[in-house]
Amino acid sequence: MSVVVRTIARIVLPVGLAFGAYVIMHGHLTPGGGFQGGAVVASLVALIVVTFGAERLVRAKTWFSVVEDLGALAFVALAFLGIGVTFFRNVLANSGGLFGASVPLGPNPGILNSAGTLPLMNWAVGFKVIAGLGAVVLLLALFGKGGEGEDG
Amino acid sequence: MPFVVCMLLIAIGLFTLLVRRNLIKLVIGITIIENGVNLFLVSLGYVRNAVAPIYTYAPPGASRMVFPTPQALTLTAIVIGLATTALMLAFVVVIYRHQGTLDGGKIRELKG
Amino acid sequence: MVTHAPVLAIVIPLLGAFALPLWGKLRRELRDLWAIVVGVFTLVVALVVAVKVLGGGEVWVYTLGAASPAAAVVQGGFPIRIVLEVDALSAFMGVIALLAGIVGLVYTLQFLREEEGKTLAMSLYLLLWAGILGLVYTGDLFNFFVFFEITSIAACGLIGYRTWESRPPEAAFKTMVMYTLGGLLVLLAVGILYGEYDALNIAYISSKVTGGLLDRIALGLLLGGLLMKAGAVPAHMWAPDAYGEAPPSATILLVVNTQAAIYGLSRVVFTLFGGVLATPGVGWLIAAFGVLTIVVAALMALVQKDLGRLIAFGAVSQLGYMLLGLGVGAASLMTGAGFGQVALRGGIFHMINDAATVGLLFLLVGVVQRAAGTKELSRLGGLGHVLKAEGGLFLLGSLALAGIPPLNGFASKILIYESSFHLSPILAVLAILSSILLLAVVLRAFHSVFLGPKPSVLHVERTQWGTILAMGTLALVIVVFGLFPGFFVKHLVDPAVQALWAGRADYLAAVLGG
Repeated sequence: MSVVVRTIARIVLPVGLAFGAYVIMHGHLTPGGGFQGGAVVASLVALIVVTFGAERLVRAKTWFSVVEDLGALAFVALAFLGIGVTFFRNVLANSGGLFGASVPLGPNPGILNSAGTLPLMNWAVGFKVIAGLGAVVLLLALFGKGGEGEDG
Repeated sequence: MPFVVCMLLIAIGLFTLLVRRNLIKLVIGITIIENGVNLFLVSLGYVRNAVAPIYTYAPPGASRMVFPTPQALTLTAIVIGLATTALMLAFVVVIYRHQGTLDGGKIRELKG
Repeated sequence: MVTHAPVLAIVIPLLGAFALPLWGKLRRELRDLWAIVVGVFTLVVALVVAVKVLGGGEVWVYTLGAASPAAAVVQGGFPIRIVLEVDALSAFMGVIALLAGIVGLVYTLQFLREEEGKTLAMSLYLLLWAGILGLVYTGDLFNFFVFFEITSIAACGLIGYRTWESRPPEAAFKTMVMYTLGGLLVLLAVGILYGEYDALNIAYISSKVTGGLLDRIALGLLLGGLLMKAGAVPAHMWAPDAYGEAPPSATILLVVNTQAAIYGLSRVVFTLFGGVLATPGVGWLIAAFGVLTIVVAALMALVQKDLGRLIAFGAVSQLGYMLLGLGVGAASLMTGAGFGQVALRGGIFHMINDAATVGLLFLLVGVVQRAAGTKELSRLGGLGHVLKAEGGLFLLGSLALAGIPPLNGFASKILIYESSFHLSPILAVLAILSSILLLAVVLRAFHSVFLGPKPSVLHVERTQWGTILAMGTLALVIVVFGLFPGFFVKHLVDPAVQALWAGRADYLAAVLGG
């Protein structure tokens, strides 16, 4: 791709990453969450593949796979946190600790520090989606060029 | 009214699935049906003269909110649809590499 | 741990599936060890569930996220959270999934070679196992749809992951299209039911359903989607491709995947719409599809030249028996005739018999393919000289498939024949004729594969102990269930039949009353 496209891509990438992190982080307050923010960042991976070529990211394949598994494991581990009462219980909400501020009913400006295990699960899902969708985009691009392919 | 559009989308998708033979068009047909079903799910929660179900910076003076549960159901359905579409497209790419054609009528290694 | 058993039975294989590739990147022995650990834990937990529900006779309700189903988060929200509701039928399906899963896991560990993508296959296998257990344990309609799709994706991944050959991806694509279409029909029905009753819990909807036009549309869509997943004629085209091209270690779990669709059908017809089935029309429809499947699949098995596809058509035909039993039971639900219960008993007993019989035959097809390098009937022959034990097991499986006494196939089929004869003699006659036809087909296959002169080019390795153990377990099940059917019917099948026939009130009270 030409110099113009590559320069603009280099500018857009950090902005996009910040926006994706914002969408993931504020999932319990505004529309968004793990999957949506992860899809935003995965589209940045597609941007890299288109402007810089898929060969640049070949070394990232194992990283994608490992992060994907770790994200899923983190999600299930967070669900296990509430096993004292029952599976998937939100033990951190309204508890005063990390992400534990209590929320008043009705419209409010939105407290970031609330909702317990939800933001943590959002991050786990966000990482998994970034890794998963990024791997899909990368593998389809590599496969189309005649590289080795695998499924999953 | 939105339900009529949904049924129309599903009918178009079914027609595509039955009539077209190109593999990519089959995947597109499934995607159209999926969009129709997701549209149907989202439109189930509609309440007249209501705002979006978000408490953060909700508009003042809003008395009613749209039901949020169908939106969660639709989100899950969209994610599932994404996974199935990605898998189907991956298989189409592999089939193309092996057989050199995307025509469903010519891919007949598995007969009977 | 005992109080959390239902959800642990779903989460432990899920955890195993996600962590398996990580172990695989470190060392292969760790990965195999991890698979064994996961299998043992799942075995223990699912057995706890089965013993408590089948032996104790109560419905086990497990709420996710709160202490009881009625604890709402905010006022005006859903009165019922996502629940796992295990009644006798769910526990029975859990036992089948457990048996098939453990046998397949042992077979996979020993049989699959490393270059065939073993890590991927094992990870997808555990995911499919978790999905099937989730499908049968859940008590929430949308959760049912989610697990439906999880099993679809994992099953199609298992069928087609060997992308270096050209046939598996084609089979996987066809299967994926049919599964996804079925899943979308189910989602549409769930949406219609949610729009009418503002709830997703099966027990709650079951208590409120009225039988109006929208409910009937939802019932029709659910039947259509679940019949597509089950592979009944005319939506059966994916089944021979899928069973024929999947790796032999995974086909047994694919069979259980299909039976989970039968579970879904019985849950929808008997529990969800059980109060409003005024006419026997629905039952007749299911029974008609069943007989159609039996006959068409047996006829198509006649012309097959590939051993895997032949057995696959036999498996599709067996599915018709389960549908027939279910349909006759549903048709006599309102009248309360005694033969309806017998039909249900036959259909449900046939599920576990079919899993064992067809599973054993598919595992043997895998051994045959490894030994002779091909699955074409015209090029196979004389394998009985070197694979003596496998030949005997194949004969045993074939006789059980056709329903010859004293094996387990006969025990369940006689129940189905008796009861469907009461409903309509034509059904029973067609079923018996197709059974005889299937016997001829599989005996011809046995003759052409194992009998005959010894071939010159043959690559046979010593069958490993894991493979023999897996096949031996299934053969033991076939023989024991055939010799002592009464014992197993009384303890395993009858609680499930009662849960469907008369247990709808218990199912509802377990969630709504508490």
